[in-house]
Amino acid sequence: MSAVIDNHAPAHGHDSHDHGDHHGAPHGLMRWVTTTNHKDIGTMYLWFSFIMFLVGGVMALTIRAELFEPGLQIVSPEFFNTMTTYHGLIMVFGAIMPAFVGFANWLIPLMIGAPDMAFPRMNNWSFWLLPPAGILLMSSFLLPGGAAGVGWTMYAPLTSQMGPGMDTTIFAVHLLGMSSIMGSINIITTILNMRAPGMTMMKMPMFVWTWLITAYLLIAVMPVLAGAVTMTLTDRHFGTSFFNAAGGGDPVLYQHIFWFFGHPEVYIIAIPAFGVVSQVIPAFSRKPLFGYASMVYATSSIAILSFIVWAHHMYTVGMPVAGQLYFMYATMLIAVPTGVKVFNWVATMWKGSLTFETPMLFALGFLFLFTLGGFTGLVLSLVPVDVQLQDTYYVVAHFHYVMVAGALFSAFAGVYFWFPKWTGKMYDEKLGKIHFWLTLVFFNMIFFVQHFLGLAGMPRRIPDYNPQFTEFNQISTIGAFGFGLSQLLFLYILLKAIKSGKPAEQKQWDGADTLEWTHLPTPMPYHTFENPPTVK
Amino acid sequence: MIKKFGASIGSALLALHAGSAAAALQLNLTPGVTVGSHVAYDLHNLMMWIIVVIFVAVFAVMFWSVYAHRKSMGHKAANFHENTTVELLWTIVPIIILIFMAWPATKGLLMVRDTSNPDMTIKVTGYQWKWGYDYIKGEGEGISFLSQLSTPQDQIYGKEPKGEHYLLETDNHLVVPVGKKIRVLTTAADVIHSWFVPAFAVKQDAIPGFVRDTWFRAEKEGEYRGQCAELCGKDHGFMPIVVDVVSAEKYSAWVAEKKKEMAAAQDDPNKKWELAEMKARGEKVYAANCVACHQANGQGIKGSFPALDGSKMVTGPAEAHIDRVLNGKPGTAMAAFGKQLSDTDIAAAITYERNSWSNKTGNVVQPSDVKAARK
Repeated sequence: MSAVIDNHAPAHGHDSHDHGDHHGAPHGLMRWVTTTNHKDIGTMYLWFSFIMFLVGGVMALTIRAELFEPGLQIVSPEFFNTMTTYHGLIMVFGAIMPAFVGFANWLIPLMIGAPDMAFPRMNNWSFWLLPPAGILLMSSFLLPGGAAGVGWTMYAPLTSQMGPGMDTTIFAVHLLGMSSIMGSINIITTILNMRAPGMTMMKMPMFVWTWLITAYLLIAVMPVLAGAVTMTLTDRHFGTSFFNAAGGGDPVLYQHIFWFFGHPEVYIIAIPAFGVVSQVIPAFSRKPLFGYASMVYATSSIAILSFIVWAHHMYTVGMPVAGQLYFMYATMLIAVPTGVKVFNWVATMWKGSLTFETPMLFALGFLFLFTLGGFTGLVLSLVPVDVQLQDTYYVVAHFHYVMVAGALFSAFAGVYFWFPKWTGKMYDEKLGKIHFWLTLVFFNMIFFVQHFLGLAGMPRRIPDYNPQFTEFNQISTIGAFGFGLSQLLFLYILLKAIKSGKPAEQKQWDGADTLEWTHLPTPMPYHTFENPPTVK
Repeated sequence: MIKKFGASIGSALLALHAGSAAAALQLNLTPGVTVGSHVAYDLHNLMMWIIVVIFVAVFAVMFWSVYAHRKSMGHKAANFHENTTVELLWTIVPIIILIFMAWPATKGLLMVRDTSNPDMTIKVTGYQWKWGYDYIKGEGEGISFLSQLSTPQDQIYGKEPKGEHYLLETDNHLVVPVGKKIRVLTTAADVIHSWFVPAFAVKQDAIPGFVRDTWFRAEKEGEYRGQCAELCGKDHGFMPIVVDVVSAEKYSAWVAEKKKEMAAAQDDPNKKWELAEMKARGEKVYAANCVACHQANGQGIKGSFPALDGSKMVTGPAEAHIDRVLNGKPGTAMAAFGKQLSDTDIAAAITYERNSWSNKTGNVVQPSDVKAARK
């Protein structure tokens, strides 16, 4: 590939089929600043996302601590609003999305037999936009008036009442969007152009397929979000009235634009998670993925449908009944391809030869709880029911089942699954399993009871509540602190494994069958597949 | 703090253990007292049954696999990886189930969205952070009042025990007759709010600059409570809704009394007020409308809401001050109170601000000054 012009690239032309470990990684801080190596960049993405996960987690704990009992005890209402806002922004844009881009960086070149990403320098820049964006986002808290308490959805015209913290947030969103778009261009180009001979599209591992589809979604909708926040910015400072009724605009227009981004965003998060699970379940079932072709079609259908259902987030804005009916039917339709995926995963396990190491446990946790989140999504798709549940804790429970039990569990599965390959070290299996069970139990403690709060009518984004909601909020808060502490165990497991883990085998999981397991030694050399493998 | 927190956790666990923490924890939607709430309740129950059946079926298969197809049980992996019949089946069957769900949902939706032929129409206006009610058609036409949280601050900050209706009580209740179709128009003055009463299954966004509608016909007399459901800034959690559904006779009596009250509250616009009485009245207006942001001590909240104590605006020329209160400051939470309050109330609040804390202007702003500024 002529696109790979790398400062560190070795002289070409040697004819051996070795894996290029004749020169290893550079040393020192500058290695990380200037690196164009997909493995280094993948590692940085993953660590960045983990740090943001902890930051967003502390915000979540602040929210839960305030909600432990009725009355205002810990924070003021306006600070509470900033916590819900930045918890959402940080978890979506800072934690979950970068985590899966990290997986993409690490795994796509390995899985398709490419030496690196198509645009290694752009890859470096995609990553290095993130830390400034994160700092800019957090700097909102230091500005006069504090950070913006508008919710992660940043609805107009509340945004026009905020201080300069709103502007730094908007610029941070711009940077994050640029990073995502560049990352996506890189991923699409790599997948379409750099596959090893014989690696046809329909032979690609499912994870690669899911990222190809996700990257297209990102390119389609990140500019839409950028447009929405830019209009907010000009409404705030340059006298425009896109969302200001007094100037001829419409606040609801903002919601349409935001959710045209926001609904595909849900799948930008979920689809790579599907990809990880589609690698893990077959590996531990020792059986090929059931219905590979239908998986590809189902994932593509979900992606396409995700563009035409956005207004189901807006059933209560007062749209015509015909609009509500259309969005209801379109939304219900998503259950079909999603169901196909769930059935395929279960069929993959059927008559397999199953073992339950940590990655498999997290994948099963994903399967079980993500499906539950899908079902509550179906409940919410029905307009008459949604009118009762919109903007209540039921919605909070629903999307955390999809985002946490879905995406986060899948990310944990992926980290445990590929950790031995990436580092050459094995994590402590027993601790991994403890981490899984703690995470599973505390997760349900936090969010299962929130369904009941929503059904009883407790609105979301409120810092204080009537005593009738006390019991479930207390269970939820206790669960949240347990969940948070369990993630410190995860950090300990990783650090312990890096420091003193046992050496891992080349094919640590005997059911794993993608190129990184079959063709590459453990630990992996710094550069891999300089000469492409041939896939039969 | 931490000690208190720990103690609370302990008592919560104890309460849970005792199983008698509350009379009854609500686990399902309220059946409510309107057609809309019955539709939502029945539909939700139907959905739950369908979901439970599918969930049990799918995960029975998965857990059977987990149990029987384990490597540790010596199970050898089969090698099948597709089956067109099965795959078609599990695409088509869900579609049929979805149609089965969509049918009652569609029927219910068409019924609950029909706002035609109301007996009464009430306009609901969302303000930061209270509700305004205007009876614009039907019995009680012309009645108009504001309604806001009546829970004392001391309860919120834990200085006194919390009442049963903590955060769900208001100074003025919306009163409607039982069995009458009430059309509700929603709008807002500042940001988007949402008027949400679970027992009526009514949740309608109130959007500044636009009017939306919804309706309810309450089948049973009683007090029904709800809250704002759309994040609307600082006190989003503190703008409840209380609706009294009463018999036709009681309603007529309420209308008569309310009208008398409103007539009595009419101020003589030409009256010349003295400083002391204006200030006394202004203190009440301030406490109801200004205190949430500018605080009782006039110090505001640093960075978010400006201090009035010693402010240039408040101690400078009265005209600018009147203009700011009447028309608000676009792009901030400072509302245009000209739409909400009478000339006398605005004059009183301004007089209070100009003569309280360290502000000693000695000005008495008269209702006629405000009226002149309105033009």
